[in-house]
Amino acid sequence: MSSPSQLSADQLHQATFPRLLLEHARVRPAYPAYREKYLGIWQTESWSEAAIKVRELACGLASKGFTRGMTLGIIGDNRPRLYQAMLAAHALGGTPVPLYQDAVATEMTYVLQDAEIGFAFAEDQEQVDKLLEIADNLPALHHIFYLDPRGMRAYDDKRLCLIDDLLNQGRAYNQSQPKFFDTQVALGKSSDVSVILYTSGTTGKPKGVCQTHASMIGAGRGACEVDALSPADGVMAYLPMAWVGDFLFSMAQCLASGFTVNCPEARETVSTDMKEIGPTYYFAPPRVYEGLLTSVTIRMEDAGRIKRQMFDFFMQVAGRCGAELLDGKAVSVGQQILYFLGNLLVYGPLRNNLGMSNIRVAYTAGEAIGPDLFRFYRSIGVNLKQLYGQTETCAYVCIQRDGQVKYDSVGKPSPGVEVKIGQNSEVLVRGVSMMDHYYKNDAATEEAFDADGYFRTGDAGVIDNDGDLRIIDRAKDVSTLANGKVFAPKYIENKLKFFSYIKEAVVFGSGRETISAFVNIDLEAVGNWAERRNIAYSGYVDLAGNQAVAELISSCIEKMNKELSKEIMLGHAQISKFLVLHKELDPDDDELTRTRKVRRGFVESKYAPLVSAIYSGLPEQFIATQVRFEDGREGVVSATLKVHDVPTFSNSEDC
Amino acid sequence: MATRQIGDVILEVQNISLSFGGVKALTDISFNVKEHEIRAIIGPNGAGKSSMLNCINGVYTPQSGSITFRGQTFSHMNSRQVAKMGIARTFQNLALFKGMSVIDNIMTGRNLHIRSNILLQALRWGPAEREEIIHREKVEHIIDFLEIQAHRKIPVGQLPYGLQKRVDLARALAMEPQVLLLDEPMAGMNVEEKQDMCRFIMDVKDEFGTTIVLIEHDMGVVMDISDRVVVLDYGKKIGDGSPEEVRTNDEVIQAYLGTSH
Repeated sequence: MSSPSQLSADQLHQATFPRLLLEHARVRPAYPAYREKYLGIWQTESWSEAAIKVRELACGLASKGFTRGMTLGIIGDNRPRLYQAMLAAHALGGTPVPLYQDAVATEMTYVLQDAEIGFAFAEDQEQVDKLLEIADNLPALHHIFYLDPRGMRAYDDKRLCLIDDLLNQGRAYNQSQPKFFDTQVALGKSSDVSVILYTSGTTGKPKGVCQTHASMIGAGRGACEVDALSPADGVMAYLPMAWVGDFLFSMAQCLASGFTVNCPEARETVSTDMKEIGPTYYFAPPRVYEGLLTSVTIRMEDAGRIKRQMFDFFMQVAGRCGAELLDGKAVSVGQQILYFLGNLLVYGPLRNNLGMSNIRVAYTAGEAIGPDLFRFYRSIGVNLKQLYGQTETCAYVCIQRDGQVKYDSVGKPSPGVEVKIGQNSEVLVRGVSMMDHYYKNDAATEEAFDADGYFRTGDAGVIDNDGDLRIIDRAKDVSTLANGKVFAPKYIENKLKFFSYIKEAVVFGSGRETISAFVNIDLEAVGNWAERRNIAYSGYVDLAGNQAVAELISSCIEKMNKELSKEIMLGHAQISKFLVLHKELDPDDDELTRTRKVRRGFVESKYAPLVSAIYSGLPEQFIATQVRFEDGREGVVSATLKVHDVPTFSNSEDC
Repeated sequence: MATRQIGDVILEVQNISLSFGGVKALTDISFNVKEHEIRAIIGPNGAGKSSMLNCINGVYTPQSGSITFRGQTFSHMNSRQVAKMGIARTFQNLALFKGMSVIDNIMTGRNLHIRSNILLQALRWGPAEREEIIHREKVEHIIDFLEIQAHRKIPVGQLPYGLQKRVDLARALAMEPQVLLLDEPMAGMNVEEKQDMCRFIMDVKDEFGTTIVLIEHDMGVVMDISDRVVVLDYGKKIGDGSPEEVRTNDEVIQAYLGTSH
């Protein structure tokens, strides 16, 4: 190991996460860095306090034998200590590997083995139990640090250590070797791997994406530049730590700009916590925005007549001019006055209720967002924008700029990134945020980049007249119907999912004459709908099999068909038959990925009898499905499902 | 993995008999409860399980017999006194204040610990405010413990049944009891809620060292978590011992499976 004096000055001034942390602690020691709600009260940790904690954690880890080049597993909900543990690993020249906290133990085995994890932070008893359950397959795992002592009294495994003890040990180590931490930080290079993020893996084993300090910080700085993020901003950290977006927002952008990361009290309290904290900066996948809107709609349907009418009236006003006002376009004085009134009576209180009163910028990504949904938020004055990227590109490829926002595109390339369209309309990317390599998988790394060093995203896209990128589907999922016309399943599924009653949809049609769909109803929205019509049901299976519900879904699909028929490119792709599945698609049953994307091929083979029933014209089909419950036990859900027909419309293109 | 060693007898029930007119609810029942154990009372419907708990916490006065708690023997218990001595309970049919929030419901469990007078409390002034902060902190620990942070301010009546049961338990815990009487804590719950409740009960014992007496119908639960089991049938004790002993007791099997009717 070389001493710091032997390193070049250039290397010394390279940005790494710990150096950014120490810089914030020096420049703005008293500014809030992290907030966390404990016992009902928000506890704030300033930058200087955070730096001390990281120092102690790093020294504690070092005293336990953590050295350069090692990996540190992170399993838990978003907690300041877990973010600080990642920074501690960075300080020691190690690499954090955050894991999905809701994965079952056996799913974690592969990642823990592949990343050769010897040290891990686990939030609580639940996560510790999972690690101990699979510990026999993890000979490398020697240290597990847990944050919450609750229920841990009875454990005497030698690998376990409470974080308070680790901090105490670190404090003592730091006192005996006060220069150790700074020396270690000085050794860090920005070309070191700052995180290994495992891709959820729609096919095959997950791959470990290695991102360097340089690429992550580059992506973080670029995003801060686009939206002028400052230490005065605050973000809500509630998305899985294993997901690239959370690392980008709660680590890279946080340290690039110095804004505050707010951690919710518990997974279920996010909406109340949002209201209390009022973040200025917010990120959520479309699903979350949709869930919020659904709950608003349901509550409005239950509201009194006057309130409902007022809401409907002002939402129409907002629909006419809200988004235009946000974009700074010209709007008539009469509309402006109405919007001002609406803001006082409806939009303001609504934003407050959603915890979005202070939002300056809100982002969505990961999936296509419905036009109505997108417009709803913008019309009530929430500056919702889209960005595009994947784990391999630090979720930093395209980003919409203020005043240039469209629902069907993801915006222009981010600062420092080049985008071009390759074969099969595949989106190719090059620039600051590209991954270094896949962990221990050179073949995959080589395959991921083309000869010019462009990363192959695997997404199919087009660049429109404004120079904005529009994503259509996965490049490999785009296929043709039997008549040779383009079939982009995700495009249709997304349109279906824009209906609040439909939670999930899987569309089939590749190489076939017609297009058909499996539908998952949204239990909350359809349940409420059923209650108001006095339709009794005992649970999901019962409600999904109800004839009235089938008619409801049928009317939704008919509406979508009608809209589709007006489109130029994909007007022929209308659904003629569908059925409502008797169980919800679930990541535990491998039907969805952990990020809740449909595994279409798997679903098609798992429910093969249903697919063949649809295409052989059967009116109904019996099916029994294996399900795995949360505790790991298995059971069978069975039902006889009816196939329903939907009218299709002649395509304007054909006429 | 027992970390809290089961200690000496803390509560002893001796020859309790209780009848309502001609109906004999309990006949000559004796058993004891040791410190830091989970003691289950099981039996078919109408066996007298709830009546037994009601005798222990002073709702019913038995005609004969005595109850000894921490060396003090009583011929009948007085419910306020029982609460002061550190015995708390939850109810089969939830006796929560439906219109009050979760926080307020749990705060009522601190009632016996509150010293300041009602006027100061009403004004929330001076010592009353300081006291309330201390009690609120205790209550917040319990909320954290039972994972009901998301429901703090919601009126109890709006919560699903499983959560109401948890609030009922939270209120009993707020008393910081030495002995906790749970009347069918898992009735009407689904599998997942039952598992959660089991975990909470075990954790209450481990973390707070509370001795637990519980009535439960779910045999799986009883056999899993209890240290010793008492079996009642038609007001009589027909079995007493470890889950394994009780499981193989002929009289118990007969009471549960019945003879042909």
